[in-house]
Amino acid sequence: MILKVIFYLFSAILVFAAVRVITAKNPVHAALNLVLAFFSSAVIWMLLHAEFLAITLILVYVGAVMILFLFVVMMLDINMAVLREGFNRYLPFGVLIGALILLEMVLVVGSKFFKTTAPVAENISNTLMLGRALYNDYIYAFEIAAVILLVAMVAAISLTIRPPRQTKYQHPSEQVKVKREDRVRLLKLPAEKSE
Amino acid sequence: MHLLLPEIFMLGMICIILVVDAFLSEKLRDVTYHLAQGTVAITAVLTFFNSSETPVYLMNHLFVSDALSLVLKLAVFILISGVFLYSKDYLKDRNLYKGEFFIMVLTAMLGMQVMISAHHLLTLYLGLELLALSLYGLVAMHRDSSQAAEAAMKYFVLGALASGMLLYGMSMLYGLTGSLQLDQIAQVIAKGELNKNLLTFSLAFILAGLAFKLGAVPFHVWLPDVYQGAPSSMTLLMGTAPKLAGFALLMRLLTEGLGGLHADWQIILIVLAILSMGLGNIVAISQTNIKRMLAYSTISHMGFLMLGILTGTIQGYNASLFYVLAYSFMSLGAFGMIILLSRAGFEAEQLEDFKGLNERSPWLAFLMLIFMLSMAGVPPMLGFWAKWSVLTQIVSAGFFWLAVLAVLFSVIGAYYYLRIVKLMYFDKSQDNTAIETSSEMRAAISVNALSILALGLSPQILVQLCSHVFK
Repeated sequence: MILKVIFYLFSAILVFAAVRVITAKNPVHAALNLVLAFFSSAVIWMLLHAEFLAITLILVYVGAVMILFLFVVMMLDINMAVLREGFNRYLPFGVLIGALILLEMVLVVGSKFFKTTAPVAENISNTLMLGRALYNDYIYAFEIAAVILLVAMVAAISLTIRPPRQTKYQHPSEQVKVKREDRVRLLKLPAEKSE
Repeated sequence: MHLLLPEIFMLGMICIILVVDAFLSEKLRDVTYHLAQGTVAITAVLTFFNSSETPVYLMNHLFVSDALSLVLKLAVFILISGVFLYSKDYLKDRNLYKGEFFIMVLTAMLGMQVMISAHHLLTLYLGLELLALSLYGLVAMHRDSSQAAEAAMKYFVLGALASGMLLYGMSMLYGLTGSLQLDQIAQVIAKGELNKNLLTFSLAFILAGLAFKLGAVPFHVWLPDVYQGAPSSMTLLMGTAPKLAGFALLMRLLTEGLGGLHADWQIILIVLAILSMGLGNIVAISQTNIKRMLAYSTISHMGFLMLGILTGTIQGYNASLFYVLAYSFMSLGAFGMIILLSRAGFEAEQLEDFKGLNERSPWLAFLMLIFMLSMAGVPPMLGFWAKWSVLTQIVSAGFFWLAVLAVLFSVIGAYYYLRIVKLMYFDKSQDNTAIETSSEMRAAISVNALSILALGLSPQILVQLCSHVFK
């Protein structure tokens, strides 16, 4: 009973926060609402005994990613009015399409499937099992995911790096070795005749 | 474990080249080029000697090595090597000759290798993403070109959407069958206890994602813009090797995993194939940009490719394999020719740029003639045999009307290929600048064209090779 109350409470908060993320006018509010959404979903994961995922979500997303995000939002003075110019114009159409797709999917799928009956395993460390699966059964997929991150890094750097500006500095050795011919140019000017 | 050696070697070399390149000065960039070419060559040798005819599963069934993976991988290596060779001078002229180009092409190749020998939804998806991310980066590499940036943006957004659809379908499939492994999925489906509606529901999403990636109508809108906007050497890459990986993706998912749903995906593929062949061939006629024209031609060829697969027979799969192999090498030549005619500050991407090519260089005009005739499917070129083998299979599978439609659209398509031939041979050229190309590139494209001609004259070599793959 108490679990159900917690579940519905945090689900409601999650849905509310998620809606606020896309409707908030102030980007800082949107980012903070996203933090709230992450936190509520972490609690729901906790209810499913997925403590490792819950902790990772908070540590990685709330602790690192969202803080960076907030930094970026505060440092770059983004004019949100320009960004959301098209938002209201396309909103009715987007909502219509989304609702149609949702309706179609609900008609086909419904909620009568995907009900898990498997009991939640007890006395087994979630972290241990995840680690085993990741590093034994799925090591190949894990490595490929690592390569994808590497590519993302290479691509991001190659798209943003600018070559160092050519600074003008002096070479003393060149200056010492300079010869008269390099600097002095003799010009033959016709003598001016006096009238 | 040694079957995985080529992939391990590739990854190791990518890391080594990444580090070596960082310490090279601009003038020594050729070292990176040779390292990359060497890596491709050695990987090809390793793959050839570490392969197995009968399927062998490794890494907890995430990886498979079989005849299909061997043939497709070797073709990918040849194509990538060709891409490096053709784009070298083009990139130098445009200040794009950088280490990142080689790194990202190699990672794209690794992604294709992973996709081609995937036996698990996870590896299929991860390989696809590795390939796609590298391609996004490559398209955007020309930072000063607003066209390239636009192309990259469109490619990225629509590609992400397609990945989302594919993943959604895959997750439904996982929810239904309880497995990500292709043969287990096939077993569960074969039992016939699952809800049919839900299975087709997930199939629809998976196929929509695949059609997006392949560029089949009605999921094709991104393809012409991206082909046109990207620098030609990136278009060359996108138009060749990834098609083979896409074919592998289709085969692995549809036949190995969802073979039990053949009746359902057959109908969807028929619709996709007819629309792609029709729209691709008809819209290509009105293009004035040759890259855009070849993009629409790609769409129509992808439609043709699906014809062989939808028969659901071993011979049909073999015909499709033959088709995609032939297409990728013709495409390599055609895009290679665009690069070859371009020079610093000039892109030979309008149809007019091909006017009077015969006067400027009879040999290059002859090579282009071979590529165009082969793509149009004129006998005795390779393209004709590829079309022929697909058509015979589709007729013997009982789709006579579909074969008639395919021939009809091919005849329409022949118009725009032959128009280039007409421009080259019967029109006066407006531009009389001498065509400067390195001798190695000239030699490479000659070999490319002559091998298409030779294989067209004796197609049984490729036919026999393909008939060993699916048994």
